[in-house]
Order: sequence, then C-alpha cells, then structure tokens
Amino acid sequence: MTKQYSQELVQGYTMSTVMEEAQRCLLCHDAPCSNACPAGTDPAKFIRSVRFRNFKGAAETIRSNNALGAACARICPTERYCELACSRCGIDRPINIGGIQRFVTDFEEQCGMKILEKGPANGKKVAVVGSGPAGLQAAATLLQLGYAVDVYEKGAKAGGFLRSGIPEYRLPDAVVDTEVARIAELGANFKYGTEIGKDVSLDDLKAGYDAVLVAVGIGKPQMLEMFEGNPYAVPAVTFLAEVDEKQGNVDLPDNALVIGGGDAAMDVATTLKLLGVQNVTTVTRKELSDFRASKEELETARASGVTIVDGYAPVAVDGKVVTFRHRKLNSELKIEADKIVLAVGQTTDAAQLGLPIVKNEVDFEGYHADGKVFVAGDIAKGDKTAVWAVRKGKAAAYEIHNYLGGN
Amino acid sequence: MVKKDLSVDFLGVHFENPFCLSSSPVGNCFEMCKKAYDTGWAGVVFKTIGPGDFLIDEVSPRFDAVTKEATPFVGFKNMEQIAEHPLEQNLEDLRKLKQAYPDKVLIASIMGPTEKDWEELARLVTEAGADMIEMNLSCPQMTSHAMGSDVGTNAELCKSFCAAVKRGSKLPMMAKMTPNITDMVPVAKACLEGGADGIAAINTIKSICNVDLDRKIGMPIINGKSSISGYSGKAVKPVALRFVQQLRDGIPGVPISGIGGIETWEDAAEFLLLGATTLQVTTAIMQYGYRIVEDMKNGLMHYMEEQGVDRLQDLIGVANQNMIPAENLDRDYVVYPDFDTDKCIGCGRCYISCYDGAHQAISWDEENRKPSCDHDKCVGCHLCVLVCPVHAIDKGEVVMKPGRKGSPEEKAI
Repeated sequence: MTKQYSQELVQGYTMSTVMEEAQRCLLCHDAPCSNACPAGTDPAKFIRSVRFRNFKGAAETIRSNNALGAACARICPTERYCELACSRCGIDRPINIGGIQRFVTDFEEQCGMKILEKGPANGKKVAVVGSGPAGLQAAATLLQLGYAVDVYEKGAKAGGFLRSGIPEYRLPDAVVDTEVARIAELGANFKYGTEIGKDVSLDDLKAGYDAVLVAVGIGKPQMLEMFEGNPYAVPAVTFLAEVDEKQGNVDLPDNALVIGGGDAAMDVATTLKLLGVQNVTTVTRKELSDFRASKEELETARASGVTIVDGYAPVAVDGKVVTFRHRKLNSELKIEADKIVLAVGQTTDAAQLGLPIVKNEVDFEGYHADGKVFVAGDIAKGDKTAVWAVRKGKAAAYEIHNYLGGN
Repeated sequence: MVKKDLSVDFLGVHFENPFCLSSSPVGNCFEMCKKAYDTGWAGVVFKTIGPGDFLIDEVSPRFDAVTKEATPFVGFKNMEQIAEHPLEQNLEDLRKLKQAYPDKVLIASIMGPTEKDWEELARLVTEAGADMIEMNLSCPQMTSHAMGSDVGTNAELCKSFCAAVKRGSKLPMMAKMTPNITDMVPVAKACLEGGADGIAAINTIKSICNVDLDRKIGMPIINGKSSISGYSGKAVKPVALRFVQQLRDGIPGVPISGIGGIETWEDAAEFLLLGATTLQVTTAIMQYGYRIVEDMKNGLMHYMEEQGVDRLQDLIGVANQNMIPAENLDRDYVVYPDFDTDKCIGCGRCYISCYDGAHQAISWDEENRKPSCDHDKCVGCHLCVLVCPVHAIDKGEVVMKPGRKGSPEEKAI
C-alpha cells in the first residue's frame, strides 16, 4: 500500500537520457540560469561539465556550492529560478536543470566522492540551533572554514522540514540521510533531542560558544480557529510528519478533504492518493490562475487523481462537514470527509529564544541578531524555500566568520 | 503521393532504384538479402566471397562506435572480415536469390590472394547467376596481407587482379577502393586499365574508435588486445564524398557506386550529385534495419519533384563542375552576417565562438543579451551562422574587398 508513496515519483535520468537533456542546453554566454539561482549554484557550469562528460567535475561544482545539492535537485522550485531564466525557453522548454542536478548528485553518491573538506581548525566553536537545510548548510560552510560545529536538534534525526515536511515520493529520507551523513563526516557534532530554550538555554550556548546560529524554521502547525478541537482535523505538517515517521503506515480514511492551495496542500493531497485514499478533495481559497503551489506540484496532484476545487473558503464546520463559500460568486459548498487536513500555513516556534520576531520573521535585515547570536533559516528575511535556506545558511556562516575575525 | 522514376543504369545493368546493400554483414545470407529485396532495395552486394580454402575465424566482440552526446553511432568500427559461410553455401545462396528475384540486381563481391583465385571466383559467381561482380580490394581488417586494403594501395597488383577477374567472367565489374591512400585516382585508373568497368568507393577507413581508459586497451577488447580496423557511418561521409569527387575529376565520366555514411535521402542525393550512379549502405542498416530504404526512396522522389527532375539519372554528377581548386575560388568579396534580433534568444554562443574561434567581431550587449557585428573586424567567416541554435544569423550585406573589381550583385553567394 505504501509502495507508491515510498518511491520517487519522478524517474531519474540514466547516463544516456541525461546526455540527451544536456545536449539540449545552449551553453549560453553569461548564462541566465546561473544568475538566477538564489543559492548561487552554477547550473551552466555543471551542465557544461555533463555535456563534456566530466561528471565528477559537475558534482564538484554542485556540492562545493550547496551542501544539500541532492535534496535541492529534487525539491527546488526551479520553475521560479534557473529554469525560468533558461534561454532554451525561447525555443521550446527549459532544460530540466533539477533533473540533471539529481543525476549528478546521485552519480557523486555512487562514486563515493568526498568533495567537501574540513578547513584547518581555528580553535573556535559555533553552535547551530536547528538541523533544517539552513542549519545544515551553515554547519557545512563553517566546518570548511575551520570551525568546530555542534548542531542542536530537538528531534531524533536531522533534516528538519526536508525530512518531515517533504513527502517521501518527492524527497526520500535516504537522500536526506546521505546529505546529513556527509556533513557529519565533515565534522558536525549532532546533539539530538535537545531543544534550546527548554533543555539548554540560549545563554548557556552563548557562554559555551564563540557564536550561536539560530536556524529554526516555521514548523509549528497553524489551525483555523473553527477547527480547533475538531477530532477529524489535523494540520498538514503534523500529518506529513506522521506519515514520514511511520513510512506511510498510518490509518487511512475513505475520503479526505484538504484545505489550502500551497505546496503543502498539494503534498498532503498527493500523499493521501498515493497511500490509497479513494477520494481526495482539495479546496483552495485562491483561484487556479493565481495558485501558490508550484506548477509541478499541482500537476502531480492532478495526475494522481486529486479533485481540486478553487475559489472557496471555509466558513463553518460541523464535525465532519465543512461548509465553504465562494469568494466572489453566490455559491456554497458542503463537503463531508473522514479526515480534514489543514494546509493553511505554519508559525515559528522560536518564541522562547527571545528574538525580535514579527510575522514569523526577525525584524532586522541580514543575519546578525545581537552579540554572538545570528539567525538563518525561515525566520531570517527572504523566501522560505530550501534553496533560500541554503543561501541564508551560507551567508550567515560567512557573517559569523567575519564577526569572529575571519576573512 | 509522389511518384518518380528512381531507376538508373549502371555498367549496363538496370536498377529499379540506386539503393544497394554494400558487401558486409548486412548481406550475409539468402534470408537477409531476401528481406532487403522485399523491403525495396534494388540491389545487393552479397558479402565478399573468398576462396574455399581461406578460413574465416572472427573475433568476439567485433564492433565499436564513436558516440557524441546523445547520438549513439556517429561512426562505427567493424572488425568482421568476409563471408564466413562455406564457398558452396554462398554460391548456393546466390543461385537461390537470382532465381527468386530475377528483376533485382545481384552483385557478387569477391576477394582472393592470387590471380588464380580471383579468376576462379569470378567464374564461380558468374555460374551462380550474379549480374555483376565487385572486387573487394579494400577490406582493412583481413588476417591475410595478400588480401584487402594492402592490395588496394598497390596499383599494379590491382590491375593484374582485375585482368584475372575479367579472364574468369564477362560480367560487368567494379573495383572497390580503399580510402586508406592519399590519392585514389592512380589505383582506380590501374583497375580500369586492368578491365574494371566502374569503381566502388569507399571501403572503410582504418581506425581506432575508443580506448578503454581503465584497462588501457583499444576497443573492442579481444582477450586483452585490440586491432586497427574499418571505420564507417555518418562520420566518414565527407571523406567518401571527397574521393568520389576526385575520381570524377581525375577520370571524367567514370561510373561510380558511392559508399560511405549514407543514412538519409539527402546523403544519397549528395553522392548522386557528385557523380555516383548507385549507392551502397551498411552502417545505417546495422543500426536501423533495411526499412530505412523506404524514406531514402520517397525522400529522393520528393527532392526530384522539388527540383523538377523526372529521371534520377539527370541528377548524377551535376555538382562535379562546381567543385574547383581552392586557388580558383573568388576571393574578392566578404559576406557579412545578418542578425535577426527577433529570432535571437540571447544565448551568446555567437559571441563566444567569434571571440574564441574567429575575429572578435561580435560585441555583446550584456543588459539586453543581444549580439551585434562590427564590420571593421568581421571577415565574413560565418562561424556565428553555424553555431547559432535558432538560425537567427544569415548571410547579409555583401561588400567587395578594397581595390577589387566587380560588384556584389554579380556574386552567387
């Protein structure tokens, strides 16, 4: 029953098909794709390496820039970044840059390449709070700069949202494990089951380290008020985390209702279908024309058989029955479901850290909070995607390096 | 539906179309040739028949290919020699083929180490019912140096062997040339003097396609070793066309069966225009099967329609006169490239190639991602035209070089 869920939906390239895709690349001068990556990855360079059959060189280009290259290859909304900028769009469709990156990072893994190298120890220690993509990238960058790094994670495993929030069919845990193992091998010391502000205080960290990087996400589930206490309702992140933890072996309803129109809503709906739920209906406030979810996610949900109703917002709930009203039309909709999943956003759970957080973000630009404390991840200003987390993790690491007198 | 007369007459034999299997693995037995005929090939050059006492013992594996990006066979390397079946079986297959397909053309390819062998083989294949003989003077991977391309570079030996074949048979005969030679014309002339009626060109080019980088052995690997052997396929077409042109130049009007990298009707038309009357194919068949002849025939008919030509024969050799020595080309003018900015997608490939491979004549507008050409630096080489992925660069303004006579309007650019 969980086989579909546990297998990557998108098939990876083979050595022949990746060459077919790479030869579609126009090998641009001053390539627009490379200028469009928030994390500063250089797709033009690694695709050119593939085109000239230097697969190991391609892996170096990706990995040296992005400690989470294999994860990003699978989940990055490239349609908004490199692939949007791709010159090939002027002919037909962009190069599948994420797909090529996935092939190259898989190749890197199969070859057992060790690309990242620990810098000469500089005697300084940094604590990273949170092991999501920003924390992991920051740890990798700091280690390469010669710092000793402890990563504090309240959960039992590292990866943050990559592990618990992205379903297996998009990003298998095995890929996250490999990314984490690589950073552990670089020297990161993971301290699991340790929540800062509860088990250890931020002040303790400040006393024990030369710098502290708070790289926490916005993973705390949000509920609409009318669903509080409803036994059939569950927030999307909670549901996805449970499915991930139990590898798909969860109690399934006959039919399910998903409320929301973002990537999380699409992930939940597709996950339910792949697990075998007969009827999955997603109701979203926004109309499809200005949908928030990525096109690929939307297509995947539709292809797996999810019914998507757009333009309706929930106005009342009575047990299993939710009443929606169209935002513009005089139209009402009642849906009864055995399970109601709310994908209506998350909040940060960093309140106990005493940071100046307004609307899930710190109120200052950049990454330096105060004294020894720095921020990265979703609470730092900027987009809330994995590729941005990588960008922030790297930038914050360099700010720490600067602060501690590095060059 | 287009319908055109594709028939040609070559060495006094009528072919319903110019397409033949070349002497190779693709025409190795009755069943293969039968399928080829049924698919629409006009002629078969049956895999080269050697003397009964010459044992064929092949290696395994025996092929290799040069690939490029996603293209699996840019060029193909073959180590197989001549027909491995017993002489009597080959002759029997020839007999059966002629009987079953009296209107198709059956060409027997033969090869022997001595004049006596050549004469005898010519006699045997004639008795078996062949319509024509092709002398294989050119296989580059024989295990005997008395046969194959070592013979094909020796004009005197070729002449005497041709004479021997003519003693054994009155059938029309063509001599198949090796390209592993600087100038093919003296050998071809010697063959004609010896009695050959036409020339087949080219056989394969001696090659090493790839080296296994871990084992440091050429490919294919046969118990830890490899050998130089014949290269064919699309990659050799330019070399083949050059030899065909040089034969027509050196021996005006010589009948030629063209061979080398033919895959499409366009390839076929090029050989015809440069003077080949019949065409032989192997590598593309090995890769795609006999069925490729369908599109070669139909495509050629459409081409004839477009050209207003009713008989294929009328296209043969038409382009020969337009190949002239480099010293005779008009060097008085420059054709500047013309950039279609609407078509341009801003990839900058023209800029890179012009800077790194030509004359730094293209400037690059970084902000708008558009190229422009500086005529003071541009020499009109048109490298940019070739690298543009969207064909946004074409021939543009024609200007006379300073001090040259004539006007741009007169030039056939």
